[in-house]
Amino acid sequence: MALAVTLPLMSAMPAPAAPVDEVRKTTCYMCACRCGIRVHLRDGKVRYIDGNPEHPLNRGVICAKGSSGIMKQYSPARLTRPLLRKAGAERGAGEFEPISWEQAYSLLAERLAKIRASDPKRFALFTGRDQMQALTGLFARQFGTPNYAAHGGFCSVNMAAGMIYTIGGSFWEFGGPDLERARLFVMIGTAEDHHSNPLKIAISRFKRNGGRFISINPVRTGYSAIADEWLPIRPGSDGALLLALIHELIGQGLYDRDFLVRYTNAGQLVNLDEGSDEYGMFLRTEVPQEEGCFDPQNQLWWDRASNRPVVTHSEGCDPYLLGEFRLADGTPVKPAFQLLQERVKDYTPEWAEGITGIPAATIRRLAQEMGVTARDQKIELPIAWTDCWGKDHDTVTGNPVAFHAMRGLAAHSNGFHTIRALAILMTLLGTIDRPGGFRHKAPFPRPIPPCAKTPNTPLAVKPNSVLDGMALGWPAEPDDLFVDEAGNPVRIDKAFSWEYPLSVHGLMHNVITNAWRGDPYRIDTLLIFMANMAWNSTMNTAQVRRMLNDRDEQGEYKIPFIVVCDAFQSEMTAFADLVLPDTTYLERHDVMSMLDRPISEFDGPVDSVRVPVLAPTGECRPFQEVLIELGTRLKLPAFTTKEGERKYRDYPDFIVNYETEPGSGIGFLAGWRGRGGEKFMRGEPNPRQWEMYAQNNCIYHHELPRSYQYMRNWNQGYLDWSQRSRITRYAEPILIHLYSEVLQKFRLAAQGKGLSRKPPAHLRQRIETYFDPLPFYYAPLEAQATDTRSYPLAAVTQRPMAMYHSWDSQNAWLRQIHAHNYLFVNGRTARASGIDDGDWIWVESQWGRVRCMARHSEAVEPGTVWTWNAIGKAAGAWNLAPDANESRLGFLLNHVISEELPSPRRGEGQGERGQAFISNSDPVTGQAAWYDVRVRIRKADAGEEARTAPQFAPLQPYPGQEKRRSVWTYFARSGK
Amino acid sequence: MTQLALVIDLNVCVGCHACVTSCKEWNTSGAAGPLADLSPYGANPSGTFFNRVQTYEVGEFPHTETVHFPKSCLHCEEPPCVPVCPTGASYKRKEDGIVLVDYGKCIGCKYCSWACPYGAREIDEERKVMTKCTLCVDRIYDTSLPEAERKPACVMACPTNARLFGDVHDPDSVVSQAIRENGGYQLMPEWGTQPANHYLPRRKTRLRIHEDELLRADNPLKIEGRQPRPALSEPSLDDVTSW
Repeated sequence: MALAVTLPLMSAMPAPAAPVDEVRKTTCYMCACRCGIRVHLRDGKVRYIDGNPEHPLNRGVICAKGSSGIMKQYSPARLTRPLLRKAGAERGAGEFEPISWEQAYSLLAERLAKIRASDPKRFALFTGRDQMQALTGLFARQFGTPNYAAHGGFCSVNMAAGMIYTIGGSFWEFGGPDLERARLFVMIGTAEDHHSNPLKIAISRFKRNGGRFISINPVRTGYSAIADEWLPIRPGSDGALLLALIHELIGQGLYDRDFLVRYTNAGQLVNLDEGSDEYGMFLRTEVPQEEGCFDPQNQLWWDRASNRPVVTHSEGCDPYLLGEFRLADGTPVKPAFQLLQERVKDYTPEWAEGITGIPAATIRRLAQEMGVTARDQKIELPIAWTDCWGKDHDTVTGNPVAFHAMRGLAAHSNGFHTIRALAILMTLLGTIDRPGGFRHKAPFPRPIPPCAKTPNTPLAVKPNSVLDGMALGWPAEPDDLFVDEAGNPVRIDKAFSWEYPLSVHGLMHNVITNAWRGDPYRIDTLLIFMANMAWNSTMNTAQVRRMLNDRDEQGEYKIPFIVVCDAFQSEMTAFADLVLPDTTYLERHDVMSMLDRPISEFDGPVDSVRVPVLAPTGECRPFQEVLIELGTRLKLPAFTTKEGERKYRDYPDFIVNYETEPGSGIGFLAGWRGRGGEKFMRGEPNPRQWEMYAQNNCIYHHELPRSYQYMRNWNQGYLDWSQRSRITRYAEPILIHLYSEVLQKFRLAAQGKGLSRKPPAHLRQRIETYFDPLPFYYAPLEAQATDTRSYPLAAVTQRPMAMYHSWDSQNAWLRQIHAHNYLFVNGRTARASGIDDGDWIWVESQWGRVRCMARHSEAVEPGTVWTWNAIGKAAGAWNLAPDANESRLGFLLNHVISEELPSPRRGEGQGERGQAFISNSDPVTGQAAWYDVRVRIRKADAGEEARTAPQFAPLQPYPGQEKRRSVWTYFARSGK
Repeated sequence: MTQLALVIDLNVCVGCHACVTSCKEWNTSGAAGPLADLSPYGANPSGTFFNRVQTYEVGEFPHTETVHFPKSCLHCEEPPCVPVCPTGASYKRKEDGIVLVDYGKCIGCKYCSWACPYGAREIDEERKVMTKCTLCVDRIYDTSLPEAERKPACVMACPTNARLFGDVHDPDSVVSQAIRENGGYQLMPEWGTQPANHYLPRRKTRLRIHEDELLRADNPLKIEGRQPRPALSEPSLDDVTSW
């Protein structure tokens, strides 16, 4: 499409450049948000990339990263050829020779076929911030290995698990704050990098509409900068604050009683007979129920009118929420809400002040602001709907207090209970899936917990067989754990074991250490996709790099074969035996699938695609094509016919024609199914599906009727629709778990009660402590294992809005915004240690130390130091010059963070370090506790180098990489 | 007479730098480009950007404000950069008030950047010409673009819509209204430069709760406070005495 440019007033400007030739729409991937973009091309080069105004996510806007896609596409860090480590070269040196794809495929297929035929779990596939877990998960399962996960375990699994195990939904992809109608918005902890453009749009509109924005964060940066009030808090103490807020809301009667009664388990009676195997479980009527993945509605209330137990939701009944009662057989019982009130009794604002650093009066005021806003600024929308108990409602009510939190809450070893407390606070205010509060996004809400399960026995892993179950799932009870008869883990990362029972996203952060140590076993091949596990995505970076290069007594690598697929040269690719060059987001097809994490809106499901805008660079091939090719060569059933022939020509063909089972009509894309594209969610494959997505802004948006857009946990219309669409199996109500029976089941097992599996002796106390059915506060595990007088400061990272993890140091424009990072230290704290602004200092933890530059700041609480995440790089990595700021002046905080803590088995002398260790993670979910580290700082000595330490031997460019320019004058036209 | 300008709302700017790179990508391949990047992959990278965001801390802990401050040419109504230009390269357009540099006449002497009190000009080390924000003059009159998109790239990109664009001389424009109603101000007016660009200050929203709003007749604790009656069969004084 040729565009005529008229510039009538440009007489004194240079002649206008040629107009763009073509505009192609696709989906951004400069971070994980998945905004719609338009790529404007001139002479086959990218002229500019802007936001697609017709896209529901970003509505035309674009961020600093999205606007810098050009510099990613043409970066000299790009890998362009498959590479094999040079014979004799050490891992980490980055010395490679190019090979052909055919060589790469046959080498890999041969090796993997041997593993699959002997012991499939010796192949491990772990992926980073990819957006194709539906495919990578399918590949792993088809291969038969349980050793698969994406990066969630070291990202925000506490957020996912804490909320999904409580309200059946979570922040970001699966739900979020409804700022369009909220009056009060409370953001806790760093959350800038998730759903960033939509959140920026929403916060700005919210503020302009007169909403009040409170930010609770040790640091005032990012969105906190424009908060009406900033409440500096000590890292890891959020749970104490939230519990004190709950204490206040209950104490003042500022909770939404009607909401709690009808939509949560607050009124359900808990068995308190200490001698019973059912202790701490809900009382249930004897009515036989269909077994299924939902809460059967057979619990009891104590009815206020008749003063006797009744089945919940009985017509005309209203339960006591407080009090204690005795059943006819003498069993003592209490409503769950009573137990919650008892739990928070001592969590006073004064108590929380000592832990959080927030004055008690402020905590009281905060609780009152929340409670009064929720109660007195109610929204009533004239939307009729019917609840699961058959009651018709003329309106949808909203209590306009909204929250948002992500990694700041999640990345602590007490994060699961903190986030349970947040979900309960949101519930007490009556804000779940209501206007102005938290709203779900399809395919959530889901049952608590969701139905997917891993196998629960090592027998599920068999040679030449598909894994009998999912690699990742949602345990509902101890019998769902993926352990052997002795209670030992089946997975290499020990996910779903007694160490971290609800590790629903796996523990990628322990894979290398475990594989290196051979605990629980050795593996053969580790395939890493798009994760920088030799640098910023690992804790204990220097040691982990040694592990990657370590050999056993026979001289063999402890991790025998490492394959890395990435579009860019990184610290991790240097450790690969085989490097597979991936395409960029502008060069490939992708799907943001309902089977994974789609881009749904509050008003209904949305999925989306990427379509190639540019031809692949060099010999780059999309990782999806690699998986389909390998799947075909390995004759995995999903990718081959019964006769063992190739089933799918390529990835686009796979996406169109793959069905979860033959004739199921469910595939990766939900939109334009059916032969003519007339069906949604279920329908026959449509050969024109890609085309239809491409013609429709690369999305499919199914807007629900308004009566299905709220109260979805209990909205019969929505749940029926969801069931008919096969989004869920059951159309049963999803009551909020103020009180968690799931957690109690694990605790009972630890107490030796019941018939379920029991934890091994050394983990019994850990399970009993941390599987508390009600949230509680404990100091982060690392703080408990640290002399906090020696290491008085908490060290955390924040996310710069112009960088996504380590992805953008190779981006010539973005690196000019953050070429190196400082450690920000409160001025008073710094001066007390004699540290001037700009001084070189050492940051030391009990695990390691790093040298960096200090910057005084008044926007950080005095007990916290912080820096931007992942700005520091290893010399020569990402094809930066060895003297680039990133490796000279910038630093990586990971050097002072350990991936492990001493375990309850300490002293038994197990393992190569002479002691047993356990992951530095949340004991419930295995969430990496990045933000728990405690440090001290001191000025570097006068004679020391003005350079970060530790340093690593500089990487050299790989074969096929473009030369670094010394000056770049980018101008989109051919030949330049 | 028209005076085009940006009004930047510091109340919603989160410092994301979208304006910085969207400007760069538009202009490097546009009429004002290419905008050079020196040492793009080496030590101390340094390139030409028409927009930059500076971040300041104001006040002492805990009463700290973090202010993100986007800066670009302010298109002054009395631009000190224009009269100092020895070749006439630096000029202000009569028709819309945009201050521009004619690269054909610019000799890179930098007088204008010395004269600019705001530090808004950027020498292009490759071409040895002075560059600066053009308000995307090669976009805003481009009739091949839909009318809604005839705005500077930074305005189109800004995720918080913190950047408003329009004619500050037209009292009915969005920008004039925003300045009028939200306390819009100019930078360093004492210099007499009459910057066309304006900034909108931070505004605070507070909630005042009166003590008597906390206790209400329908407080649910009143319901919860009603304790269950003991069973009639439970022991009572009636069982032990007759008075």
